[in-house]
Amino acid sequence: MMKKVFFCTAVMLLLLNHVVAQKYIARNGYIGFFSATPMENIEAHNYQASSVLDVESGEMVYSVLIKGFEFEKALMQEHFNEKYLESDKYPKSTFKGKILNIDELDLSKDGIYDVEVEGDLTIKDVTKHIKVMGTLQRKGDRIIAKTKFPVRVADYNIHIPAMVKDNIAEVVDVEVKVEYKPYKK
Amino acid sequence: MKAQIRKNLCLVVLVLSSLLLHAQDNLMSLLEESEEPDTEYTIATFKSTRLMSGQSVEIPAAGVLQYVINHRFARITGGFYNIFGLDNATMRMGFDYGISKRLAVGVGRSSFEKTYDGYLKYKLLRQSKGAGNMPITVTGFAGMAIKTIAWPEPDRPNYFSSRLYYTFQLLIARKFNSDLSLQLMPTLVHRNLVATRADANDVFALGMGGRYKLTGSLSVNVEYYYLIPGQIVSPVYGEKVRNSLTLGVDIETGGHVFQLMLSNSRGMSEKVFITETTGSWLSTNIHFGFNINRVFTIIDKHNKK
Repeated sequence: MMKKVFFCTAVMLLLLNHVVAQKYIARNGYIGFFSATPMENIEAHNYQASSVLDVESGEMVYSVLIKGFEFEKALMQEHFNEKYLESDKYPKSTFKGKILNIDELDLSKDGIYDVEVEGDLTIKDVTKHIKVMGTLQRKGDRIIAKTKFPVRVADYNIHIPAMVKDNIAEVVDVEVKVEYKPYKK
Repeated sequence: MKAQIRKNLCLVVLVLSSLLLHAQDNLMSLLEESEEPDTEYTIATFKSTRLMSGQSVEIPAAGVLQYVINHRFARITGGFYNIFGLDNATMRMGFDYGISKRLAVGVGRSSFEKTYDGYLKYKLLRQSKGAGNMPITVTGFAGMAIKTIAWPEPDRPNYFSSRLYYTFQLLIARKFNSDLSLQLMPTLVHRNLVATRADANDVFALGMGGRYKLTGSLSVNVEYYYLIPGQIVSPVYGEKVRNSLTLGVDIETGGHVFQLMLSNSRGMSEKVFITETTGSWLSTNIHFGFNINRVFTIIDKHNKK
């Protein structure tokens, strides 16, 4: 009996250890978005995104502080936080997903690999299931992830008042670029 | 013995499956654990650099020029004949400019007694949470007003210094949540020339006020200045001096803030609304007024890396 308990614990510890060894972490990742209308183009950049990638299972999570988005005009930034994203109430946006074709990739070799990612994107209080295409690039001990995908503003409980409707696109393009390092405890 | 093994196996499978099921959540908590706490500064305690009549803790962002138009009309008791005061307006036109994140400068000219004003605002403390915790925002205000209207008695000796007024304020505010912000304003107004010896040159007042946001673009605001009693004994234009009370709303559009208000004060500089308010809310001797702010970004923030 004691042996079995010992055995189980050992297996689990090994497993946990294995899981940790396959993890990559990124900080100061980039997330930006672009809104283009005939009236004006608006862009915002955030260099404080963080992410963890498990190269074994293909699981990946992202987290970004809404207040970290920087706009060219201070007033736009204020309205973005105060009126549209309500960053006091919803300080973070997150993504939890999985690389669908992780088993087909050999990330031990340097190179650029196309990936298909599916998961849940949370902005404000709305979570939506999305599927995006992107790339993973292995470069030495680093892995660089890149993607671009559209987000429909109205899908995430973001209401643009009629007065500025012509200035803000209904669908904004989101760009992501993060560089992972092996995760060490 | 067999039953025991099965039990153990079940346990292992259970534990493993729960591990796998929560893999993403585990990654998320791993991410949160490894995040270093950042100092998060509070933004937009108020929509405007003015609460209503007086200043708020806000200043224009660095590199932003703000054009301000203020109007105060005559008393609404004038009735329909004067279209509730609208026939008779005093107005102020001014510019504010954000020199840095903390420092702003403003100038303006008001038709009321042909007054020029200028001021500096400096953010001493910024409300923040996270790594650096600060419960309040404190902005220092130092202003000067020059009354240039012709002397009522040009034959007696009149000095330029008698035209000058100074105001010093500490604006102390806290944004309690995204809707509610409150502000305290200990204030000193220095008047070089006063009516009689019994009137104080240095007038102390305590202002208090706040805003409550009804929607993202609309808030209701209150502003009250309490004069420490016994400092001003002489009437102003034949009426007793009272505490200033202003009620109003902020309406925000893309690049403008409109502030509509009712106040028993008619002035738009501190020395007028703090030391020369004579209207009475009880007898509806109040004025309608508005401020319009329009911002122009002079220097763009180029943060692209």
